[in-house]
Amino acid sequence: MGIEVPMIVVTLFWAAIGGLGPFLVPRNTDRGLVRTMLVLTAVCCYMFWLVAYLCQLNPLFGPRMDAKVLIAMQREWS
Amino acid sequence: MGSLFRSQEMTLCQLFLQSEAAYACVSELGELGLVQFRDLNPDVNAFQRKFVNEIRRCDEMERILRFLDKEVRKDGIPILETGENPEAPQPREMIDLEATFEKLENEMREINANSEALKRNYLELTELKHILRKTQNFFDEMQHDSNPIRQDEDANLLQPSLSAEGPSEVHASSLKLGFVAGVILRERIPAFERMLWRVCRGNVFLRHTEIESPLEDPHTGNEVFKSVFIIFFQGDQLKNRVRKICEAFRATLYPCPETPTERREMAFGVMTRIEDLTTVLGQTQDHRHRVLVAAAKNINIWFLKVHKIKAIYHTLNLFNLDVTQKCLIGECWCPVVDLDRIRLSLRRGTELSGAAVPSILNRMDTAEVPPTYNKTNKFTSAYQNIVDAYGVANYREVNPAPFTVITFPFLFAVMFGDLGHGLVMAFLALFLVWKENWIMSRKIEGEIFGTIFGGRYIIFLMGLFSIYTGIIYNDVFSKSINIFGSRWTANRSVYDFQHHHPKEGDAFQMDPILDYRNTSGPYPFGIDPAWMLADNKISFINSFKMKMSVILGVMQMMFGIVLSCFNHVFFGRMINVFCEFIPQVLFLACLFGYLVVLIFYKWVNFTAYESGCAPSLLIGLINMFLFKYQDNPPNNKDGTPCLLNQFYSAQKSFQSFLVLLALFCVPWMLCIKPFIMYRRWKAAHNSVPLHNVVDENGHAEGPVKADHAHGGGHDDHGGGNGDHFDTGNVIIYQAIHTIEFCLGIISNTASYLRLWALSLAHAQLSEVLWTMVMKFSFSINGWGGIPLLFFLFMAWAGLTLAILVAMEGMSAFLHALRLHWVEFQNKFYGGQGYPFQPFSFSSMLDAKPADD
Repeated sequence: MGIEVPMIVVTLFWAAIGGLGPFLVPRNTDRGLVRTMLVLTAVCCYMFWLVAYLCQLNPLFGPRMDAKVLIAMQREWS
Repeated sequence: MGSLFRSQEMTLCQLFLQSEAAYACVSELGELGLVQFRDLNPDVNAFQRKFVNEIRRCDEMERILRFLDKEVRKDGIPILETGENPEAPQPREMIDLEATFEKLENEMREINANSEALKRNYLELTELKHILRKTQNFFDEMQHDSNPIRQDEDANLLQPSLSAEGPSEVHASSLKLGFVAGVILRERIPAFERMLWRVCRGNVFLRHTEIESPLEDPHTGNEVFKSVFIIFFQGDQLKNRVRKICEAFRATLYPCPETPTERREMAFGVMTRIEDLTTVLGQTQDHRHRVLVAAAKNINIWFLKVHKIKAIYHTLNLFNLDVTQKCLIGECWCPVVDLDRIRLSLRRGTELSGAAVPSILNRMDTAEVPPTYNKTNKFTSAYQNIVDAYGVANYREVNPAPFTVITFPFLFAVMFGDLGHGLVMAFLALFLVWKENWIMSRKIEGEIFGTIFGGRYIIFLMGLFSIYTGIIYNDVFSKSINIFGSRWTANRSVYDFQHHHPKEGDAFQMDPILDYRNTSGPYPFGIDPAWMLADNKISFINSFKMKMSVILGVMQMMFGIVLSCFNHVFFGRMINVFCEFIPQVLFLACLFGYLVVLIFYKWVNFTAYESGCAPSLLIGLINMFLFKYQDNPPNNKDGTPCLLNQFYSAQKSFQSFLVLLALFCVPWMLCIKPFIMYRRWKAAHNSVPLHNVVDENGHAEGPVKADHAHGGGHDDHGGGNGDHFDTGNVIIYQAIHTIEFCLGIISNTASYLRLWALSLAHAQLSEVLWTMVMKFSFSINGWGGIPLLFFLFMAWAGLTLAILVAMEGMSAFLHALRLHWVEFQNKFYGGQGYPFQPFSFSSMLDAKPADD
């Protein structure tokens, strides 16, 4: 799994909600409101994910851990 | 455009109603609730209006209904809540109603008077019964007590009392010993006793005993505790004194026969009379109950009817009478889209009343600004309230409410981000939404609950977004979850703790080059769980959250400026698009939009290999304003810190260009608009005669027309429509506007950092709570740990709910509110309008219970 895979998956997901969703809203009185909600939700959530993703792309420093935590990490996570 | 994006188009209408049909028509309009009437006689006081008498009659009916309601509640009879909504009765039905109410009231008052008299009688008899019983005890005791010891005294005291001749006075061989018996409130006994002692100098003998069962006060209906007393004294003077004192203490005296036989007879008599009274009382109560039960069935409907009649006459009082007295003329605001429905209900009203001439609804032209009317439903009304709490939108300007629906919960969640807390909040709100109808039918009182219930949809969305942001922050009650596998691994030999054991408190900083599995990309969703365990977690999270705050803030502000463009175009103020909107966008984009681009650029472009030389964003931004650039090439050999390096080669010229462009926007915003307005005014002024002739076409004079053309835009202060151009006013207004915007951009961007501050505070608080409370409970081994864990979990859960969800939620809510009111809305929102308050029975009746 490269850098691109999550990028593409999440982007497509939110693009679908924000881009395709508005066209699927049934035609009734609140159509405009629901469309606005879909687009804004997609924009907000995507931006939020993107910021969190990109800021970890090239970390400039690493986490400093207690040795005990490191031992636990080695045992539990690898 | 959808319904909520702008307020409804309103029109002023004139109503001509036949006198006979007016009542029925207004009643129909009240059921419809889409018309706001204007007062056509504002200088006539309330007592001189046409339908004063009818309103007085309604007041009288309401008074009777309130009286009946009180009586019904006193008896604890359930009031029938049918939830049905009766039509306003015809005026002729009002007389029937009045008659019914009056009859009921008289009946009730009679029953009450009767039952009060009966109860008083009953009370007296009961008291007498107790007196007879208790005094009997006194006499018995005395006989018993004094016999062996004080035989002579016994002769003096008791013999006479047994062979009495007066009702309460006794003759002994040489001395008269009298007594009075009565009943007094229990709490007055000590004072009574002391007073007797002092006034009679200790020459009276008081015995008292408590009546165990409480008695009912016939007037108030309260239960009172009383005591029976008996006083022995000697001589007439003392007797008078004692009687006076009894009177002063509101003691009721009862005649008490001397001899036991007489007393017994009397007791028998009293008992029979009490029994009779009880039957009569029971019958009276039954009657009262029947009347009240019958009333309770209808009382709510009656209330509704009377309220409606009263509201209709109040509205009719706003109308003007035609000269011929045959026609009522009213003016009202109504939404243009609903004109047909209004006409329909007018026709129905006319038909109902059987009037020959139809009612007429005419649209009128007006220079006045119409009220703002946003059609909301149960989901959007809470958001509309949030916006309206700041200021009601100008007529037809962009309404921020539909955007607030998402951005508000989102910004809240950025500050509140925690999966666990979000779940709690979402489920609470979901419960309220699910049980909505049930809760509404219960009519639960309480302001706090009302607020929370009113905002249930907002809270639900806030919870959902908090779940999302919580996942991104990787925070569940301050713990993190490792779904995709942390990208930080401790596999190098440095971390080989099997071979060299670490010392206590040894810490290792992981190397982003060697320990980070960058090839597979970063942790795909949210913050890497490794950071949550790190000692330097905060410095990483801070950098992330600060940048995120700025990015979100710039985006929202830019969005607000774009919305202002919609306003300018809608109101036809193209001058504002070129003189305000474009320079504003440029100003924001050149300064902070550029900063956002740099943030992304730095994330993508600088890897750990040049981590020491990644340029600092903050210092770079400051130097950008100061035009300070470091010339020496990267890989500093001369000791200057390389964080002052440039991001890219043409940085200096590009940044200088951006700053100059932003600076150029200031005079652009400041000067061009007043200048153009002046030119326009001058051109219009030179051709005034011609202009007015054109305008004369059925409309009023020029200035009004010009004002109307602006569509309620009060933005163009002192515009070019007067006889002289108010240069000073226009320039000052524009200067204030410009300065406010330019300083606002900087201070508002800083203000968005509250997103970082609050989310940091929230995360830290929940972590502290975990460490201080929950973690401690894991530290005890053995059986003792079980109750400890149990109680500490309760404490932790309680504090989580009270502090982290309720209090922190409140503070995040307030900050999200501020970000919307100030930072977002001041980019485009006027908020100078006034709300549309239609004449509507349903809203009137909903508001009614709150007043009572």
